Amino acid sequence: MSIVRALKCRECGHEYPIEPVHVCEFCFGPLEVVYDYDKLKGRLTRELIESRPQTMWRYKELLPIDGEPTVGAQNGFTPLVRARNLEKVLGVSELYIKNDSVCYPTLSFKDRVVSVALSKAVEFGFKTVACASTGNLAGSVAANAAAAGLESYVFIPHDLEQGKVLGAGIFGTRIIGIKGKYDDVNRLCSEVAGKYGWAFVNVNVRPFYAEGSKSLGYEMMEQLGWKAPKHVVVPMASGSLCTKVDKSIKEFIKLGLVEDNGTAVYGAQATGCSPISRSVKDGTDLIQPVHADTIAKSLAIGNPADGFYANRVIRESGGWAEDVSDQEVVDAMKLLAETEGIFAETAGGVTLGCAKKLIESGKLPRDESIVLCITGNGLKTQEAVADAIDKPRIIEASLKEFDVLAAEDKAALAA
Amino acid sequence: MKLRVYLTFNEQNVTEPVIWKLARKFDVVTNIRTAEVKDHMGLVGLELDGDDDVVEAAVAWLKEQGVHVDPIEQGIIEG
Repeated sequence: MSIVRALKCRECGHEYPIEPVHVCEFCFGPLEVVYDYDKLKGRLTRELIESRPQTMWRYKELLPIDGEPTVGAQNGFTPLVRARNLEKVLGVSELYIKNDSVCYPTLSFKDRVVSVALSKAVEFGFKTVACASTGNLAGSVAANAAAAGLESYVFIPHDLEQGKVLGAGIFGTRIIGIKGKYDDVNRLCSEVAGKYGWAFVNVNVRPFYAEGSKSLGYEMMEQLGWKAPKHVVVPMASGSLCTKVDKSIKEFIKLGLVEDNGTAVYGAQATGCSPISRSVKDGTDLIQPVHADTIAKSLAIGNPADGFYANRVIRESGGWAEDVSDQEVVDAMKLLAETEGIFAETAGGVTLGCAKKLIESGKLPRDESIVLCITGNGLKTQEAVADAIDKPRIIEASLKEFDVLAAEDKAALAA
Repeated sequence: MKLRVYLTFNEQNVTEPVIWKLARKFDVVTNIRTAEVKDHMGLVGLELDGDDDVVEAAVAWLKEQGVHVDPIEQGIIEG
């Protein structure tokens, strides 16, 4: 049963029917999916959700599709890990990692948004889907489109590293490399989206696409034992994930699935691309565009479409925003890997690095529950930590030589 | 063509009558759809209607004035 009511302008409130449109014709404000929650009251229960398969679609009534998903039916439901080792290092009492670095099928939370976008695209009758991306989104669109039998186009800057091209190319997508500066590439993508009758996931189907992020929040609350955390730290690129995690919590409260725990939402960015964090710290709601310069490429959006709304969520929820240097990102990636056995991409280093700073500054209390959202896998950004890990110690195939090393290690441990 | 863009003004150009100058310099219809102006920056949602090459030239001129021009979708390229 679909409870989707309409698309509604976040600025002027003008409503539109459910179609592949994304901006308000009156004020250019972004459109958002709105629902008739009253229709679900008493119907969507914890028991019903728990009886369903462990995928993001166990919350399908709160995702903007009609009926069953046609793309990405297996996606989502990633682990929520109690991070006891990291708790000791950071000096906090209750810390969890929502680990989307193992999201099916392409190891990032983009599989959530893409499966909603493409399922909706199929409903609308699109045969071709597209995106503009430098990494995770490209891979996710290409893979999910391949599995669904859809044609796909992926637009990338022409000088993107070969490894990242491979992450999408293997799925047989059509990859177009565009010459020019970031702004020019960005504008061409907008024009392509406007001209060709395709489902451009983060343009004309963006209102539906973005709703997929809510599933991360739903899972987090269910896995906490049907409880909202006191604090949640979210990496920010466009700022969309921040707003959708907040929306997921508000929806669960509205439906009586969790109690209001006064959850504060915190946003994390890399200092080299921190327009939202900067606006929060400066106490303004206007986002000043920046030219991104950071190793956290998956967060490098200099003019974030949802920056204003992420800023508002952070301030209204009582959270805060922080940013970290590239070195702090690398250090945090290592810390997460060495303490919890989780190899996150650079964005994960941003999230943990910012959380660490927020704890040290007292913005994040040490004695309340905290969830860190880890959104992508470290195998995709290996170059960021290649120089930061210990090189193997090379020995001959001789037990005697190994005995020497083992003795050194034992001595070092004892010291 | 009709082009829909967001213009971001900085502290240096936020007090300049940039859109008035644009309309005098180029044969385009300017239609402001949303605007927020503060001391240190401003954001304007603008529709530009005119011949393709004139609209292109108008956008290039805006950039020369130090105005940041984005499609209304803003940052489309995601990680």
